[in-house]
Amino acid sequence: MSDEILAITLLWMFVFIYSVAASIDFGAGFWSMIYLKKPHLKATDIANRYLSPSWEVTNVFIVLIVVGLVTFFPTAAFKIGSALLIPGSLIILLLAIRSAFLVFSHTAYNKYKSLLYIISGISGILIPALLISILPITQGGFIDGSNGTEQLLFSELITSGSVYTFIGFGITSTLFLSSLLLADYSNVAEETKTYQIYRTKAIVIGPISLIMAFLILLTMREEANWLFENMMSEKIWLLLSVITFIIGYIFLWIPGKKVKGQPRGAVLFVILQYFIAGYAYGKAHLPYIIYPDMTLRIGFTDPNTFRALFVVYIVGFIVLTPGFYVFWKMFLKDKRYLKHT
Amino acid sequence: MDELILARSLFGTTMGFHIIFATLGVGIPLLSLISEITYQVTKDKHYAVMAQRWTKGFAVLLGVGIPTGTIAGVQLTLLWPGFMEVVGKVIALPFQIEIFAFLLEALFMSIYVYAQDRLSASMRIISLSLVTLGACASAVLITNVHAFEGTPAGFRIVNGEIVDIDPWAAFFNPSFFVTGGHVAVTAFMTGAFTIASIAAFKMLREKGLTNVYHFHRKALMLALITGGFFSLLTALNGHDSAQLLHKYQPEKLAAAEGLFETQAYAPLAIGGYTDRESKEVKWGIEIPWLLSFLANNRFDEVVIGLNDYPEEEWPPLFVHTLFNAMVGIGFLLLGLSIIGFIWHDLMRKKSFPKWMMWLFIATGPLAMCGIEFGWIFACTGRQPWVIYRVMLTEDAVTKTGGIGSLFIMFGIVYLILLISVVLVLYYYFKRHPVSKEI
Ligand code: HDD
Ligand code: HEM
Ligand code: HEM
Repeated sequence: MSDEILAITLLWMFVFIYSVAASIDFGAGFWSMIYLKKPHLKATDIANRYLSPSWEVTNVFIVLIVVGLVTFFPTAAFKIGSALLIPGSLIILLLAIRSAFLVFSHTAYNKYKSLLYIISGISGILIPALLISILPITQGGFIDGSNGTEQLLFSELITSGSVYTFIGFGITSTLFLSSLLLADYSNVAEETKTYQIYRTKAIVIGPISLIMAFLILLTMREEANWLFENMMSEKIWLLLSVITFIIGYIFLWIPGKKVKGQPRGAVLFVILQYFIAGYAYGKAHLPYIIYPDMTLRIGFTDPNTFRALFVVYIVGFIVLTPGFYVFWKMFLKDKRYLKHT
Repeated sequence: MDELILARSLFGTTMGFHIIFATLGVGIPLLSLISEITYQVTKDKHYAVMAQRWTKGFAVLLGVGIPTGTIAGVQLTLLWPGFMEVVGKVIALPFQIEIFAFLLEALFMSIYVYAQDRLSASMRIISLSLVTLGACASAVLITNVHAFEGTPAGFRIVNGEIVDIDPWAAFFNPSFFVTGGHVAVTAFMTGAFTIASIAAFKMLREKGLTNVYHFHRKALMLALITGGFFSLLTALNGHDSAQLLHKYQPEKLAAAEGLFETQAYAPLAIGGYTDRESKEVKWGIEIPWLLSFLANNRFDEVVIGLNDYPEEEWPPLFVHTLFNAMVGIGFLLLGLSIIGFIWHDLMRKKSFPKWMMWLFIATGPLAMCGIEFGWIFACTGRQPWVIYRVMLTEDAVTKTGGIGSLFIMFGIVYLILLISVVLVLYYYFKRHPVSKEI
């Protein structure tokens, strides 16, 4: 494997981890807003029990993506940075408001709690929508570099079908993944009623997100045909992804020990589905970081720097593994935590 | 206004805001750790309560520290793409390693806060140590990028191309250890004095020598001793920082001291302001020979003055005032903590006179001012360079317009965050008074 491919693979991994973790995170924020007025259902409670310890760790991954992009592909980062000044700033502003008010809502006085939840819930839905619209931008046609600096073509952007299908997909995925995980979480916590709520959500939203994914392909054929062609040569992966989705979906109906459905299996297969679909998309996207003038090779960092970085990644993740293990044990496995009220 | 000035102001505002929370994020975990250990040693329950309350406050502060840090990181790419291109190629390692420090901190922070009731005493201490380590390491690492900007190393520029890149040489650039150390010890000292301020304020509010009073008095002494210890280290290490400037960025030292004539036996000017017209420090006190001695431990050391440089390469002259204020605060706080220690532990007085209490209350805000002054001095004093003698700030800035409206938006959000974090902390501790916990 060449250095460039190695680098983009790592970066892709970070994007994947973040998109799953962040979907769950933002979605959980949204659900805790929706069920705020129905405390007996414990839906908010469960969502918060997941969110409180995890949002910080999730947030590190967005930093990791930015740092990874800058350090592996500095020239591409230069162009993306120039083009995304305004939308990028909006995203980080929303993110700041969302994270801060999420934390505040855990501490604040009850009277203000609902306001704080609403702020963090709404911005939690807007952020995935904005974040995912970076993808169509990289597919070409929205950045004009003719004036000596990269300018984003706003009017093209807001009249593009692709952008809206991506946004639709981003939002439905957020809701789908989070309800699935929270279903699993409440199942482990033995909160049957809450489990039912989240399971129903997942059952309804799952197919919608799949339809959205097809719509993305449709608009892509019109607006970024090069990518569509490439995707079509990855048909096997696309098919596999649909199959894993179906398996995951079926898991929601298989009878479990106490309840209908086996959410753990559903979570695993659906995450696998996103992994496969993301792989197909990423592979089709190569060698372009931004179509048509920014390829992996043009943008790549210095080889010495890359080697040093790579060593650091390996050492870093090895050193941190015990930390992740303890974290997982404490918050995702320990029944004492999950049941705690 | 031109876009460069706006970009500088926007970035400076972001950093000035982030640094408040970042510094407390480094300092407060250390204090919690010290009191958690003191609790294990003395079995005095007050110390356990302190550690918990401070960590609670720290968790709320992180709610602003982390998002503003994320803003800082993204904004660096958005506003200074030219700079980040060099960063990506040459000084990528600190950014990278910093991520692991963040992860370490985030993981164990959650474990300490949300799993506290399930942790053994030793696990609590380990968690807090790792939180402190992670926070401190992330500060030192990001500061290393700043150190690199002042003393770039590990690459050459030939015909506009960056060649001969050695990422580890860039990482261990000449000012890494001293600058990183300075930021760490000042953060510890600021965290400690912030706690001291709060404790002193609460003691003043308390009528009589109640249990609550004793609680806060213990907190005050713990904080003062820690703060005093780190102020001493700050002064020693600050001296090294200045010597580093003498060696690597002489015009910055000259601007900091308001020195125009290159000379041996150079005097140290304290206070006053630097006058561009008459090329001297007005209203300051001059101590003969001292600057030469401070710069290189000998009186006949030749210290270079600003006149040796073309005027367009001078840093802004007001950095003299910032530098003086930072150093002054350092010595003032060192003195105050010594007085507090003598009064309480050597003279064994049970309470402090009111004027002394008010001075203690001032220590936290003063230390924070020291941080702000120091950073503005360090970043503004580097002008016109973003990477010293390698890249001009004006060549690094984004060419996309519209920064003015962004500046306003970020300003509003920072204001909202600031007001809400203060209110949240105020009401939280008001509803959970310490009297109920001890
Ligand atoms: C509580 C805050 C505080 C206090 C009391 C001091 N400093 Fe400081 N100083 C900082 C907080 C700070 C800082 C905010 O952390 C800086 C900004 C950039 C940096 O690396 O550290 C800094 C930078 C800084 C620099 C510039 C480094 C550069 O430009 O690269 C010098 C020369 C000193 N300091 C020297 C001192 C001396 C001689 C002090 C005497 C006691 C002192 N500082 C006290
Ligand atoms: C957190 C405390 C910091 C504060 C308060 C601060 C403050 C400032 C200010 C006021 C400016 C504008 C300077 C001017 O135009 O006169 C600036 C510029 C800048 N700083 Fe810092 N800074 C901080 C930390 C850092 C760190 C850690 C880095 C390195 C990663 C850094 C890198 C830069 C860069 C790249 C610029 C823009 C280019 C320039 O003006 O030179 N700063 N900062
Ligand atoms: C250009 C300068 C800086 C950048 C780009 C930056 C970046 C960041 C980022 C991305 C975070 C959030 C990390 C997370 O998601 O968990 C953060 C938090 C933090 N930063 Fe900064 N920072 C800068 C300056 C500083 C300085 C000068 C210090 C210390 C003196 C500092 C210390 C911290 C600390 C302690 C946190 C607390 C949160 C945590 O560690 O998770 N930062 N910063």
